[in-house]
Amino acid sequence: MIRASRQQAVLALVAIAALLAMPWLVTSDYYINIATQIVIAAILAMSLNVLVGFGGMISLGHASYLGVAAYLTIYLSTHAGVGALGSALIAIGATTLLAMLFGYLALRASGLGFLMITLALGQILWGIAYRWASLTGGDNGLGGPIRPRPFGIDLMNPTAFFYFTLIFLVLAVWLISRFVQSGLGQSLQGARDQPRRMRALGYNVWLIQWLSFVFAGFWGAIAGMLYAYYHQFVSPQALHLTTSAETLLMVVAGGTGTLFGPVVGAALVVILKNVVSAYITRWLMLLGVVFVAIVLFMPEGIVPGLRRLRETMKMRPASSAEASLPAAEERTT
Amino acid sequence: MRRIGALFSTTFLIGWALAGAAEAAEPLKVGFMTVRSGALAAGGRQMEEGLQLCIDAHKGEMAGRKIQIITADTAGQPAVTKTKAQELVERDGAQVLIGPLAAFEALAIDDYIRQTKTPIISPSAAAEDLTQRKPNPWFVRAVGTSAQAHHALGEYAAKELKYKRIVIIADDFAFGHELSAGFQRTFEQNGGKVIQKLWSPLNAAEYGTYITQIDPTADAVFAGFAGGNGIKFLGEYKNYGMQKPVLGAMTTVDEGILKRMGDEALGVISAGWYSAAIDTPANKKFVAAVQKAYSADPGYYTVGAYMACEFLNNALEQVKGDISDKAAFMKALRSVNMPESPYGQVKLDQYGQPILDITIRKVEKKDGKLQNTVIKTYPAVSQFWTYGPDEFLKSPVYSRDWTPAK
Amino acid sequence: MNFWVIQGLNGLAFGSLLFILASGFSLIFGLMRIVNLSHGAYFMLGAYVGISAMAAGASFWTAILIGGVAIAVLGAVIERLILRRLTGQPLAQVLVTLGIAFIIADACVWIWTGDPRPVPMPRELAGAFRIHQLAFPIYRLFVIGVAFTLAAALWFLLERTRLGAMIRAGVDDLNMARAMGIRTSVLFPVVFCLGSALAGAGGVLAGPILSVYPGLDTDMLPLALVVVILGGVGSLLGAFIGSLIIGFIYSYGQALFPDLAYMILFLPMVLVLTLRPTGLFGRQAI
Repeated sequence: MIRASRQQAVLALVAIAALLAMPWLVTSDYYINIATQIVIAAILAMSLNVLVGFGGMISLGHASYLGVAAYLTIYLSTHAGVGALGSALIAIGATTLLAMLFGYLALRASGLGFLMITLALGQILWGIAYRWASLTGGDNGLGGPIRPRPFGIDLMNPTAFFYFTLIFLVLAVWLISRFVQSGLGQSLQGARDQPRRMRALGYNVWLIQWLSFVFAGFWGAIAGMLYAYYHQFVSPQALHLTTSAETLLMVVAGGTGTLFGPVVGAALVVILKNVVSAYITRWLMLLGVVFVAIVLFMPEGIVPGLRRLRETMKMRPASSAEASLPAAEERTT
Repeated sequence: MRRIGALFSTTFLIGWALAGAAEAAEPLKVGFMTVRSGALAAGGRQMEEGLQLCIDAHKGEMAGRKIQIITADTAGQPAVTKTKAQELVERDGAQVLIGPLAAFEALAIDDYIRQTKTPIISPSAAAEDLTQRKPNPWFVRAVGTSAQAHHALGEYAAKELKYKRIVIIADDFAFGHELSAGFQRTFEQNGGKVIQKLWSPLNAAEYGTYITQIDPTADAVFAGFAGGNGIKFLGEYKNYGMQKPVLGAMTTVDEGILKRMGDEALGVISAGWYSAAIDTPANKKFVAAVQKAYSADPGYYTVGAYMACEFLNNALEQVKGDISDKAAFMKALRSVNMPESPYGQVKLDQYGQPILDITIRKVEKKDGKLQNTVIKTYPAVSQFWTYGPDEFLKSPVYSRDWTPAK
Repeated sequence: MNFWVIQGLNGLAFGSLLFILASGFSLIFGLMRIVNLSHGAYFMLGAYVGISAMAAGASFWTAILIGGVAIAVLGAVIERLILRRLTGQPLAQVLVTLGIAFIIADACVWIWTGDPRPVPMPRELAGAFRIHQLAFPIYRLFVIGVAFTLAAALWFLLERTRLGAMIRAGVDDLNMARAMGIRTSVLFPVVFCLGSALAGAGGVLAGPILSVYPGLDTDMLPLALVVVILGGVGSLLGAFIGSLIIGFIYSYGQALFPDLAYMILFLPMVLVLTLRPTGLFGRQAI
């Protein structure tokens, strides 16, 4: 997928242009708010993809960074009297520190052990949020008007806030793709595919993975800050296992190890949950069916799956049977 | 073609004639937030049934206006609840909201309600501060607060049951904390003593570890559970051979789960602003209707949503179906006064919280079926019990570690 | 004194329950390397099928059997149609098993209305067993007995039968087992069915203690994972001892450190895994 980077860049520009034009195409605040939620979920899913897709580390605790950053942002600005910028910076900084600690613990194990430690750490945070009611409000959560007014722009306006989150998405796409192509990102993918060889070549695999973990935690924290601004409310639900699982599903459904897979996955889950549920009572079942169908028909995820379909179409005149092979290989490039 | 033209003009004429009489042609859109998926779906379904019953009873019309209900599933998740509120208000044009189910959902949209100035009637969320320390001018509640009924139960336990020492075991979440603290406050004020408090996680797999910790010197146990936990607790309580009498929160033996219980629930004394066994014509009619439609007794959620809908009707009649002046409608909603209802007499205090008759109920078996027989009624109980708003609101909201003022 | 005895019994009973829950999960995971995230849903669905069977007149014992068979059939279908195509693709397995869990959970709300349901226990097992001042539910003693019997039966199956030998060979080294002529296309479905059956029957069996409600699946799944991870992968003994240890941590922990009740099972797991990534009894890193 790195190979096709020019094509991706064009795609990215088109996508960004479409997103920028969104508020003109869609006049209802309701759909702009949905788009904002997709953007926030996409940032979270992209950050998890750094671990899952490029690092091969399956985490079931990524809601931790979303939730902790959201709690801190709201707590600091409504209860501790810290200014908007200060709250945001402290929240992101503290959450990144937490990612350093969690990374240190989780990377003691690998594979399923890694998954379980992240899950357990997430559950512990959820327990703290639920139990430490004097600080977190328990299940009733924390809330308050906290959307900032940077340079006098009123972010309470849905369109303004949508652009505000979009800035972060563009930054995330840019920096995460830079990260993936950087030496660190390349060695992370090397460690995913050939950990032994990487070690033999003298790479400090642990350090590479830890730095990537912290990087992912940082972007999770950004998503958390935006989540807090958007909802102006946070409750233990933000830290719950289901939130982590949903995020993982976004990544896997969209296509792990691709830049835009998580964005597509995020859009899929947010739309099914928030929009389709208005028309179909058993939307949760539909969500499950969609996941199963993706695995059966596009096992590599939506984005690579569509790309494969396109290539199959292109190559049909020559030979359609072998067409899927190069695409399948692409994943590991 | 000519006939269609004629039809058109007739319709036009009728419409023109009616336009003066309070927008009769245009239905009033009511957004209804319930839960259809996930752990809270049972309560959500009962709410839908209660609401449907009320709409049917009014033949889909209130104060001469058609009522159009638009239902949304919040999945019991605060983040989704907010989107659903936006969907109902902004996309579907709902002018009034009924819902949501859980307190944390109501809190999650509190801000949005203020911002959009949308009147909302809560059919179930009981969190104290929604009508106390953080009152929302657009919010009215159609059920009691967490502690409203349990203040009465505390006094009853001390004065009439003459219990001296009680152990509290309750769900470790805000609703459990608030209702237990309310009970403890009046119980201790009347000479009782809470000797132990056990908080079990809301998702506790089993209660054996807690039941076996109960202080053997206690006179009785107060069990403050919500959802399905009452079923689990009472069943295990019996299987652990426990003999001490059990006092329950309204939700511990709510009719919604009582229908699934067995003998282990017999004799549990609880308090509530409702019981399906209340013996008044208004309630008998209501219970019969629920029985006919859903072959079950109404409980917390059914009657809550039904009453929320009746509140709407009452307010709409005051403003003659004209909701265009939101402030006036809100004023009407806050002055809801119903001399007769399944609850009994209901009127609202200045915080938008109903003043309710609280019944002390005892689980008994009648005609082979469990019911909450009314054994005493405390008429017109305020959310502030007898303390008065000023004194009550001076202290912080009830919490897990709440201790009575000396 | 009394405290340690009664909470010890509570812990033993809860640990037994956990073993019943986790044994099938452990079996599937150990051999097939599938993290079956629908295991909690299987457990819940089994319990629902059980109550429907009882409502239709079946006895408790028949209901356990029906619950087990129903989930075994479901497991067979899922294994044949879906999981078989995903061998060696952990991410696809995660996605598909979570998707199936969503479907089952929502179907249960649809079919059984979401009302919390108690599971009736056989009359002869109701009530408490009394000795001196202690009272303990007879049903929990029964569950302890079942767990030990199940452990013994599984031990016998694995150590003393041909099927067991094949499973052990597969757990130790799948490629080697294949090379020796063990047909995994037969072995895998058998093990997956067995694991599913254990989940379904376990759901009915645990019903009188846990009751059935929407959300039981997500409450139970982390517990199954905790047991298997703590005990070590592919180790029946590990899963058994792991279950009991967690049972004790649960009961003593909740009583002694009530403030930690919401996370009592996850703290020790983080501790164990960071200190000993193979779990307590596993031979290989997980």
